[in-house]
Amino acid sequence: MTGLITPELLSHIGDTGPAREEVVTRRDIRKYSIATNQRLRKFLDGDEAPPMFHVSLFWDVVELDQLSPDGVSIDTLLPKFPLEKAMAGGLKIDYFKSIFPGDVLIATRTLTDIYEKQGSKGPIIFYEVIMEVKNKVGDAVLNEKTTRLLR
Amino acid sequence: MSRLDNIKVDDALPKRAYTPDNIELFFYNAVLWNAHRIHYDYPYATEVEGYPGLVIAGPQLGDWLTQAALEWLGDDGMFCSFEYSNRKASYIGETLRSGGSVSSVNKETGEVELALFIKNEADEIVTPGTATLRFNTD
Repeated sequence: MTGLITPELLSHIGDTGPAREEVVTRRDIRKYSIATNQRLRKFLDGDEAPPMFHVSLFWDVVELDQLSPDGVSIDTLLPKFPLEKAMAGGLKIDYFKSIFPGDVLIATRTLTDIYEKQGSKGPIIFYEVIMEVKNKVGDAVLNEKTTRLLR
Repeated sequence: MSRLDNIKVDDALPKRAYTPDNIELFFYNAVLWNAHRIHYDYPYATEVEGYPGLVIAGPQLGDWLTQAALEWLGDDGMFCSFEYSNRKASYIGETLRSGGSVSSVNKETGEVELALFIKNEADEIVTPGTATLRFNTD
């Protein structure tokens, strides 16, 4: 460990962002399905959303001055980390309801963990964010845990 | 007899090849509103970040794993949970292959667990994953 994780950073664990509400449209489902090379007709026609459609629905729509020089959007839920090169990590998703055009979905994100590991090319900071997605009447639609890496 | 009765551990899922090009990568990042330059700015990706080419988006690979599971499941049940991690970067110009196998079957609950993968041309698993499906038991 190189001590990159300070008590101040750790104090942000538990921070929650504002709830975000989005309307699911057939057009957006179709665009996502084409972009991901889906083959099932119900997805290509936008009758139902593929399992990872919500990733596009709730990706931050940021303005140009909210992008860092590498083009990554500045996530206001996160503290400023001492490492900034973003790497993909992974997702864990539990599904409770399918998503259809016309659905109104509400997502709430919480920073749930920050930790450090030593990689072959130096230290790596990991952080985890849990996003809970519910529908308009409060039923759980899905829970997603994102793990991302910073080098 | 339901389809579940014929499913066994180690049954293989159909494989599928993907050779994403710039257009597909552009579409994917456009629908996300993802401006990360490693996905479209070749000089930046290679000279600044040191990648050998334009990087395929990590969640895009995750999505392909869900397709492997869903196309195998068909209309015979529900997609309950899914997990993946991006272990190694992949680049435009590579042909990647998705696939997987059955890792457990619970005939009582109808739950089937799958081990999923995306492999590169060197046969390395770049994105492993797991999925839990629940088959109709009627």
